[in-house]
Amino acid sequence: MKCKKCGTTAVINMRQHRLALCQHCFLEWVPQQVQRAVEKFEMFVPGERVLVAVSGGKDSLSLWDILLRLGYPVDGLYINLGIADGNYSDVSQQKVERFAAKQGAQFRVVNVATEYGLSIPEVSRRKRGRSTCSTCGLVKRHIMNQVACEGGYGVLATGHNLDDEAATLFQNTLHWATGYLWRQAPVLPASHPRLARKVKPLIRLYEREMAAYALLRGIDYIYEECPYSRRATTLFYKELLNQLEETSPGAKEMFYLSFLQARQEGRLLPPERSQVKMGECQRCGQPTTVPDLCAFCRLWDVEGIEPQRHGETQV
Amino acid sequence: MLLEYNHGGVLPQMKIIYRDKVWELKGNMTVRDAIKKVGLHPEAVLAMRDGELITDDVTAGPDDTIKLIAVVSGG
Repeated sequence: MKCKKCGTTAVINMRQHRLALCQHCFLEWVPQQVQRAVEKFEMFVPGERVLVAVSGGKDSLSLWDILLRLGYPVDGLYINLGIADGNYSDVSQQKVERFAAKQGAQFRVVNVATEYGLSIPEVSRRKRGRSTCSTCGLVKRHIMNQVACEGGYGVLATGHNLDDEAATLFQNTLHWATGYLWRQAPVLPASHPRLARKVKPLIRLYEREMAAYALLRGIDYIYEECPYSRRATTLFYKELLNQLEETSPGAKEMFYLSFLQARQEGRLLPPERSQVKMGECQRCGQPTTVPDLCAFCRLWDVEGIEPQRHGETQV
Repeated sequence: MLLEYNHGGVLPQMKIIYRDKVWELKGNMTVRDAIKKVGLHPEAVLAMRDGELITDDVTAGPDDTIKLIAVVSGG
């Protein structure tokens, strides 16, 4: 198969676009897609301070790489979750450190266990009724917002790709979780002075394209899945959507982008809940929709443990 | 190491490697067909031969070793 742009041997065929590209043209095409998403959804403009949350995986490291290539001065944030199985968190951190050193990029590390006294698996074990993935998500969202706000970053970028978003949309649709459906967007505006705007610049790109980008750019990413996500339902939904994609190329893209279009055209109505005014947590001061303590601070209220911040590791 | 579809004999066979699994397949076929034959989704993997990324319409034969990369990773 030949590259549609220059006629040399293609390295990837994107059936949904009927587009095969060689290495050179593909590595030019991907940042163009990201730039289009940044502009179309008004994610940020040159000059705004952007913090990219990096996990050491292909998506977030590639996002960091792409934004730097596009000329945005983006800093990274790595949250060490303390997942000891296979040294998962420490190996992931090493990947981030090596990438940053190679690029000469600035980044920060927050170690959950060092800073709050318990790792994610530990706090999850003590707090029954909440899964490890749910605990992890809550802690990451809290820390990401905290670091963004304290560091003066108005924008927080995450590496969610189109497959991630389509799988989430599929899950939310199966449950008709209208509140989540309404909030699922490429940009979540800062609805409170202490909330950073959250953006997902990779939403036009398939997971397969992101893996190809990371490989072709020589990005050393963590290949193994998180030990806690191996049986996650999201992976099952991704598999189902890939079956659909196999018989109908572009199905994933159509599913997600049509949803965004419906949302933009006002065909989805905001639920009452979104009108709720946000207050501030009495312990950490971060925005919350519930009185007294936010979900993060309540999480640590197990066996009398209070979240102790021992200072942030900065690299 | 898991060997599947190995029909024995002395003829070299195409090798498909995915994570810690290895399959040996007989004859020539497109990479896409080989991916399906070992029970994987073409959308869920990338194919590499001799360290280079290749499109799945490429025909592979008995002398080829195809490494499949899972596109879902990290977390």
